[in-house]
Amino acid sequence: MYGLCDCNNFFASCERIFRPDLEGRPVVVLSNNDGCVVARSNEAKKAGVPMGIPAFQIKDLVRKAGITMFSANYALYGDISDRVMTILREFVPNIEIYSIDEAFFDLTGIADPEKLCRTIRETIRKNVGVPVSIGISPTKTLAKIASKLAKSYPKLNGCCYMYRPQDISKVLSTFPLNDVWGIGRRYGKRFTAMGITTAQQFVDIPREEIQAGMGITGLKTWQELRGIPCIPYEANPEAKQQIRFTRSFPKEIYKLETLEDIVSEFTSRAAEKLRGQNSMCREIGVFIYTNIHHENDAQHCESTMATLPDYTNSTIDLVRQARTLLRRIYRKQYGYKRAGIWLSHFIQEKEYHNNLFDSLETDDRDKKLMSILDDVNKTFGRSTLKLGSEGLTPFKMNREHLSPRYTTDWDELLTVK
Amino acid sequence: MEINNKGYLAGADVVAGFPSPADDFKDIPLDLNKKYVHNPSSTFFVRVKGDSMHGAGIDEGDLLIVDKSLTAMDGDIAICFLNGEFTVKKLQIKRDRIVLVPANDKYRPIEVPPDSDFLVWGVVRHIIKTIR
Repeated sequence: MYGLCDCNNFFASCERIFRPDLEGRPVVVLSNNDGCVVARSNEAKKAGVPMGIPAFQIKDLVRKAGITMFSANYALYGDISDRVMTILREFVPNIEIYSIDEAFFDLTGIADPEKLCRTIRETIRKNVGVPVSIGISPTKTLAKIASKLAKSYPKLNGCCYMYRPQDISKVLSTFPLNDVWGIGRRYGKRFTAMGITTAQQFVDIPREEIQAGMGITGLKTWQELRGIPCIPYEANPEAKQQIRFTRSFPKEIYKLETLEDIVSEFTSRAAEKLRGQNSMCREIGVFIYTNIHHENDAQHCESTMATLPDYTNSTIDLVRQARTLLRRIYRKQYGYKRAGIWLSHFIQEKEYHNNLFDSLETDDRDKKLMSILDDVNKTFGRSTLKLGSEGLTPFKMNREHLSPRYTTDWDELLTVK
Repeated sequence: MEINNKGYLAGADVVAGFPSPADDFKDIPLDLNKKYVHNPSSTFFVRVKGDSMHGAGIDEGDLLIVDKSLTAMDGDIAICFLNGEFTVKKLQIKRDRIVLVPANDKYRPIEVPPDSDFLVWGVVRHIIKTIR
């Protein structure tokens, strides 16, 4: 038996933790640069705000329906997501984080999975403050469907335990095929054209036809809908990862420009490693040490770190950040003997993009550039292609409706009277 | 590694000399997080504004460690949300009557109207003051 825990309208719910006045009122969250709508509260959905619509197109609606808009505050969402996943792990150790707001878990051997999931749901609601829906079913694909039912039918109270074959086929007979995990837009369209619109109609297609038309992936979905687990369960290791890049220099370095070049190079090497393991990071740190073995010389050892506004694995973003951090700790009169950078707080690229509607994102260009960078350097040797200084000028994001980073910045905490 | 061709040396710690007699007794250093953040996933830090809780040792600029996982009880100091505002007050809970009690004579207790939008957001566990 599998469970899927899905946070309801996650980004909007995160904002509401610190804005209880918005409970029951329409809320939307905009993408990077306030481009378009990436999350909507139920009330905003009811008010008729479509997913992905450019922000400027809903100006009138926002005013008329009294919608509160937020710029994406990934620092906050990432932290709240970590809290939700931590609580989930306390109840069920091996969770598979599927995206920033969804995780699968294995319920094998649990006597009363529904009771456990209700406790999980109430704990997350109370301890963190966000509502979640949980679907429980024999396969991951069915658990996804069950979680959608849990979200849509208030009577279920946020939990749907779907296991009896007759119940499953009753649900599938009305469940839209296009909403089934793994069907995708392309096949969805094709099936609609053939008059196959429900999950049950899909399940009724003979196995051979599915395999011939959709291959092994389609067959997996077909079997999962029949209650046979086929999609492997990939528990994520809990361990926090980190990539470090540290070196000592043969001679003390006094000049900021030289240190900047070195730190940039360390960062771009670390970023390459980060992309190599398909991760993205949200924290970066820099340190510089003077020669601690020269006791008579003035010493300065300092490190500093920053939480990035969003997850990234772009060399451009990371190098820019590293140079800023270096400038913050560098002091003129000291000779530095050692320097290093580290990247931490990782997320898998897959997890990140599962959530962020690739087509809506504006960072595609950066991603392409990075893959070219990696390809060229793999083929022609390290550092064949690297950043010029023109890529390092600070770039400001447009985030007019940004809420405070309540949980990640001392200067932006919630204030109480 | 190409980086070495440029003349940077890979760092390494050299072990030499006598081992410290304290090595066998090494303990993990004290960690304020472990001591005062009992439940990290439900703990939030909030900042105090105003002097309504002065008598309870809570002053402007203080940092409160708030745990959302606790169920508020009579006598707790809690972060509440009432009439669109966050407030920190002592809770007086008697049957179904809730009163938010300040710790400063300048302010009066607030009785929570039964049908108001009221929420106990979290319970204050610790106060952090900066004195220098």
